[in-house]
Amino acid sequence: MNSFTYARAADVIDAVQQGTRVHAKYLGGGTNLVDLMRETLEQPSALVDVSGLSSDITEREDGSLLIGAAARNTAVAEHRAVRTRYPLLARAILAGASGQIRNMATVGGNLLQRTRCTYFYDNDGSRCNKRTPGQGCDAIQGFNRIHAILGASPSCVATHPSDMCVALAALDALVHVTGLDGSRTIAVVDLHRLPGDHPEIETNLRPGELITAVELPALPFAQRSVYRKVRDRASYAFALISVAAALDLDHGIVKDVRLALGGVAHKPWRALKLEASLKGQPATTQSFLAAVEEELADATPLPHNKFKVELAKRTVVAVLAELAGDIS
Amino acid sequence: MSIKETAQAVMKKAVQIAPDALMPGGAPDPLIRQKHGLIGTPVSRLDGPQKVSGTARFAAEFPMEGMLFATLKYSTIPKGKITNLDIAAAAAAPGVVLVMTHHNAPRMKPAPAFMSSAKAAGGDDLPIMQDAEIHWNGQPVAVVLAETQEQADYAKTLIGVTYETEPAVTAFEVAKADSEPGVFQGEPLLLEIGDADASLAAAPHKVDAVYRTPRHSHNPIELHAATVGWDGDHLLVHDASQCVTHTAWSLAEVFGIAEEQVHVTSLFVGGGFGSKTLWQHQTLAAAASKLAERPVRLMLSREGVYRIVGGRTLTEQRMAIGAQGDGRFDALIQTGVVAMGRHNNMPEPFILPARSAYQAGSFRLDVEAAKMDMVANTFMRAPGESVGTFALESAVDELADNLGMDPIELRIRNEPEKDPTTGAPFSSRHIVEAYRAGAEKFGWAARKAKPGTHREGEWLIGMGCATATYPYYRMPGGAARITLTADGRANVKIAAHEMGMGTSTTQTMVTADRLGLAMECVSVDYGDSHFPGVVLAGGSQQTASIGASVAAAYRKLITELLKLAGKDSPLHGLDADEVIGRDGHLCKSDELERRESYVSLMARIGREELTAEASAPPPLEFTHWSMHSHGAMFCEVRVNAITGETRVSRFLGSFDCGRILNPKTAASQFRGGIIMGLGLALMEETQFDERNGRVMNPSLAEYHVPVHIDVPEIDVIWTDIPDPHAPMGAHGVGEIGITGVGAAVANAVYNAMGRRVRDLPITLDKTLPELGLVP
Ligand SMILES: Cc1cc2nc3c(=O)[nH]c(=O)nc-3n(C[C@H](O)[C@H](O)[C@H](O)COP(=O)(O)OP(=O)(O)OC[C@H]3O[C@@H](n4cnc5c(N)ncnc54)[C@H](O)[C@@H]3O)c2cc1C
Ligand code: SF4
Repeated sequence: MNSFTYARAADVIDAVQQGTRVHAKYLGGGTNLVDLMRETLEQPSALVDVSGLSSDITEREDGSLLIGAAARNTAVAEHRAVRTRYPLLARAILAGASGQIRNMATVGGNLLQRTRCTYFYDNDGSRCNKRTPGQGCDAIQGFNRIHAILGASPSCVATHPSDMCVALAALDALVHVTGLDGSRTIAVVDLHRLPGDHPEIETNLRPGELITAVELPALPFAQRSVYRKVRDRASYAFALISVAAALDLDHGIVKDVRLALGGVAHKPWRALKLEASLKGQPATTQSFLAAVEEELADATPLPHNKFKVELAKRTVVAVLAELAGDIS
Repeated sequence: MSIKETAQAVMKKAVQIAPDALMPGGAPDPLIRQKHGLIGTPVSRLDGPQKVSGTARFAAEFPMEGMLFATLKYSTIPKGKITNLDIAAAAAAPGVVLVMTHHNAPRMKPAPAFMSSAKAAGGDDLPIMQDAEIHWNGQPVAVVLAETQEQADYAKTLIGVTYETEPAVTAFEVAKADSEPGVFQGEPLLLEIGDADASLAAAPHKVDAVYRTPRHSHNPIELHAATVGWDGDHLLVHDASQCVTHTAWSLAEVFGIAEEQVHVTSLFVGGGFGSKTLWQHQTLAAAASKLAERPVRLMLSREGVYRIVGGRTLTEQRMAIGAQGDGRFDALIQTGVVAMGRHNNMPEPFILPARSAYQAGSFRLDVEAAKMDMVANTFMRAPGESVGTFALESAVDELADNLGMDPIELRIRNEPEKDPTTGAPFSSRHIVEAYRAGAEKFGWAARKAKPGTHREGEWLIGMGCATATYPYYRMPGGAARITLTADGRANVKIAAHEMGMGTSTTQTMVTADRLGLAMECVSVDYGDSHFPGVVLAGGSQQTASIGASVAAAYRKLITELLKLAGKDSPLHGLDADEVIGRDGHLCKSDELERRESYVSLMARIGREELTAEASAPPPLEFTHWSMHSHGAMFCEVRVNAITGETRVSRFLGSFDCGRILNPKTAASQFRGGIIMGLGLALMEETQFDERNGRVMNPSLAEYHVPVHIDVPEIDVIWTDIPDPHAPMGAHGVGEIGITGVGAAVANAVYNAMGRRVRDLPITLDKTLPELGLVP
């Protein structure tokens, strides 16, 4: 680990002033950043601790829910409004990491956690375009069982590891950010980027922009929603595939549906094609299958992760069938 | 055969045919008869309070005056030469006291490789930072010493290394083309009886398949560590060790000093499993300490353990059984290849279980080693048996399925009367009882014989069983010292190890029973190379080795005590074999009222203390008899019909391991072994990148071991039938628990979904394709 300075931000303005300096980084719970610093993958010279900023969870009049970026993952998952109105989010968070990590991790940090690609982590011994642009990618011909099947590029095939973000993508959540030029909101589906030629650029945040809150728009039918995570052991493992979904039926016909996939791409994957194709269709296994096949038509698996395509299909169909069964 | 091999074979034969009475264990240990002592009662570990209160001091917790902290830099290529080492920035970094590389390291000899001589402890016998050569990806290339750990770790990142790479063999398929016969503990891993191929071909029923097990890395909770200091040319090492005496001797060889000049202590060890022997870090710490003239602490990082401590190697096993319609085996074939480092000698001996598990008309068992440029592979809990039973016991299950027989009945049908390959009589074998009791308790009768027919919701449910087996060993070199004091207390000193198994507790119980003293009156000191004995905590042999050593020392002590006690003692005229200890007294064994207390005896001889030291008899018993532990493993799994995820929902181990000395610590050993076996079955796998021999998942986040929720309720039961020929009637219980688990799980998966997975670990990508397309 390199040496660095540490300061707690007094408020958002203070945070942004400190955070926009070169080589400064915001510190949430530190469960990802500190690990990366130990591995020297991140070498900030200043840490601006934003874990003391707003962690409030507020139900607003328009029916949306505003979650302060410093809210701990556990606090979000336990919050009554989240559990009753957005159960897929509570379940996604609880499916991640461990109790200890969730107690530390913040919403802001969870959004910006970095990939678990093992070649990315192997600073000394492997090539990685994300870590060292232009170096090459050792994962493409190496161990790529946990890597992407959608939206990858010849530069990078990594996945975004978060569970929480998959639920947020399904919910059309908005990310509130503040920078030196003021505040704005970004749809969570636009926050993360596909790797393209620049896997080192992971988000559409501007330098020094601080995440202050996440907003969940009202979505009444999300009361019945599911997050299902498929993994190599029953807990404390990242998703091979995960599915966040909410389904709105009207007499057996799909009125509305929200679905996002985790473990498949460099960002949480909102299944827009599937959603479009399902709307107005009968809620049957056949239409679920047809829709997910359409969504995954462009999947380009790697040598070790071919199973993910089939697994994603099966999991999506099971999740939608479960939701449809619950409703009908 | 060489002259040496011929001589060995003749010796072996002589031991086999010698009369029982001449063998150690020929006369049963008197403790076996004793029914009212501590043995067999559940005693909590004596060091429990120290461990939970944090006062137990582990290797990396010893402070030393002026101590420096060390860190290692590892190579990133598998083979070649270092052409340039840029250490200037590191040397100039804050707090750095020394950067040691092959340019300035003191001259040292390679560590003698394990099993190359009686006290050799080295993982391999490569030169340690003596030249520019790189032998594996991850080899240490520099040591940084600094005032704090953080300073050392940071400075390390400033070191630049350039290499000239040379062609390396890092792909198993390439290495296999050049494999050579495996030799284990001086014996070739090859056994042929009859014409197994012909018998297989002629057999009306057969299975013949290839099974694979991957590399595993060691992950004891306590990282490997050593705190070392020199006092002139005397070296003190606080190590995390399962072989203190071996390590002291081997380090003495490395530094060219006398064995007595090296003092290794290891009081507490946070798990060993075969990994806590001598790897490069202890030597490098001592060498750097010598250069810096200050004590050094070197604790490996988790990554460091994956890079420089070997693990279990991969195996590829052909397993074939030919059988008659009634299930009797005509042929048993288990042959295959394992990967092995170039500078060690540990061809994972996966054929060991098949040598004595079943009667068969013919055998062909063979292990070949394919040499690769990789860190020396090594022992890991039940090396050989844990992966060998996966193939053997899966194949038996496959055969049972072919024959339409219950797999337990098929096993019992092939139960041998004497050792099927050596002809030696079994010392104690109650595997059938273990199966019957296990089946009853587990509810085996409820198993659906037809696979894939038990479903609850999304879950396909199956049951499987498998035989567990592990040999009884006792290695040469055991010795102990007992001191009896005037207040009627006894102390034992022996260079043995407590790695969390409960050894110190159990041996205190055994010694107390042997002397007839209360537990509070007995102390056992261990974990110090200056104590008597060469006692490896490995091969599940410590219990027997300590037991036999203490028994020998006890006998000498009592002989001396009775001699000195003289005519006035009520015990006058009796020898050590005619007395037993009971309630603080020595008593005539068949006339308990004729007795005298230790306090009185000591007063009579007018001594403050009386000490005796003795060596255990040579370990001939397990050549004379065929001595093994056994178990029957039962498993229930649930395979998710949608995702292929496999979860173990119930497990039971039914063991036959002689007399159980301490049910509490033994149960933990059994359960721990089974849990490790669940990891082997379902998730453990070292990702060794075959392009450059680099381990890609050197962390507990990416290298999966079972977490709590992966572990179901595990029931353990045992026969508790003493082995009349083993000290205390007991067998070691540390390793058997992992054996058979892989097959029990795989067999249950088959029973659940009707497809075989012959390639561990059973991850969902292997079960998924068998579930058919989307439901
Ligand atoms: C062993 C292990 C297992 C795990 N398993 C899972 C899992 O199964 N599923 C899963 O989803 N996650 C898992 N995680 C990851 C965990 O969810 C993340 O580490 C955590 O959410 C990060 O939150 P944090 O607050 O600690 O972030 P930090 O580590 O503090 O920060 C992470 C990043 O976010 C930036 N940042 C933090 N706050 C802000 C802000 N307000 N504005 C802008 N930038 C900010 C930091 O600069 C940094 O770049 C696991 C982690 C570990 C260590
Ligand atoms: S997949 Fe991406 S993160 Fe992984 S090595 Fe390649 S470039 Fe790096």
